[in-house]
Amino acid sequence: MVHEFSLFLRSIFVDNMIFASFLGMCSYLAVSKNVKTSFGLGIAVTFVLVVTMPVNYLLQTKVLSEDGIFGIDLTYLAFILFIAVIAGITQLVEMLVERFFPALYSALGIFLPLIAVNCAIMGGSLFMQQRIGLDSTSSQYIGSLGDTFVYAFSSGIGWLMAIVLLAAIREKMAYTNVPRPLRGLGITFITVGLMAMAFMCFSGLNL
Amino acid sequence: MATNNKEAFVTPLSQNNPILMQVLGICSALAVTAKLEPAIVMGLSVTIILAFSNAIISIIRKSIPKRVRIIVQLVVVATLVTIVSLLLKAFMYDVSVQLSVYIGLIITNCILMGRLEAFAMSNKMVPSLLDGIGNGLGYAWILVVVGAIRELFGSGTLLDYRIIPESFYQFGYENNGMMMMPAMALIIVGCIVWVHRIINKDIVE
Repeated sequence: MVHEFSLFLRSIFVDNMIFASFLGMCSYLAVSKNVKTSFGLGIAVTFVLVVTMPVNYLLQTKVLSEDGIFGIDLTYLAFILFIAVIAGITQLVEMLVERFFPALYSALGIFLPLIAVNCAIMGGSLFMQQRIGLDSTSSQYIGSLGDTFVYAFSSGIGWLMAIVLLAAIREKMAYTNVPRPLRGLGITFITVGLMAMAFMCFSGLNL
Repeated sequence: MATNNKEAFVTPLSQNNPILMQVLGICSALAVTAKLEPAIVMGLSVTIILAFSNAIISIIRKSIPKRVRIIVQLVVVATLVTIVSLLLKAFMYDVSVQLSVYIGLIITNCILMGRLEAFAMSNKMVPSLLDGIGNGLGYAWILVVVGAIRELFGSGTLLDYRIIPESFYQFGYENNGMMMMPAMALIIVGCIVWVHRIINKDIVE
């Protein structure tokens, strides 16, 4: 339990997807213009991460690795299989949500197809693959399906928090006098840089 | 070279640069630029993958059904990325360790999907190939500039060759450790966007 808890806190604050490894930066910069839409996108990212990463974990440990059902090392197929799983599941989730939860669909619908090519989802799975091989005493270690769920959920929450924070700052920034060439993209980059610096203070946390 | 082809190659270098103007492919641009060498390797890998995937998709564009085109594009890109990743592991192992997951993330690099959707799906092969190379190089030069700045000020070297002489350190010069942090990458790219917009006044928002 202690390991799950420290993995949870670590993935939200220390290994935050945006500030520590820049995952999902494109949609992060493009969609963070107002708090409401960015909250929707954040929820969608968390949702897709929680659904796809455990599937990829099972694929990695039960099929692709040497102790899997084929008994040979197939990890060079990981890229293609992971992206196929992600694209397939997002499509499936989109159809299911449209059919059974129309209200949720109208909130998330436009984001779901975009998420298939969001680096945060693929990056999450690739980091998960890397962390399986870590030393089991490390707080980043992922050794079971439960750990994968925790990692996926907390990374998603970290991403959600980062995008809502940036959106809030950008809403306020609309009233400030930014130098003309820096308006829009330039100042957004610098804001994110300063936020990343603030988040660096968490890196001293010993979990 | 016909004007159309030339345009496809030249505009992405500055006017319609993928990073500065289209805001695509930021993730990897920031993450791999702590040193110059991985930045160059990453830029070249993306250029090669982008050129080939653009060409392949534009050859088969008429036989791809509209509804499944994203998956077809992803499979083509994923295959090319796997090839490049295995080649890097075989011939440049150290760099491939430094790049870690970011080589795999070329698959979801928005530049690829963006160019495939916007250009290769509706153009012939030769312009698509040139568009791929142009966008790849437009992406690569930003990476090289950011990588050079961060390595020069962060560790005083370029491509591991010492630029700032030892004597400076004896006088109390110190490397700026901040440059190696992820936060500085964002700020440097922000400053490049700033300079780029001062030079090209017509694109100011």
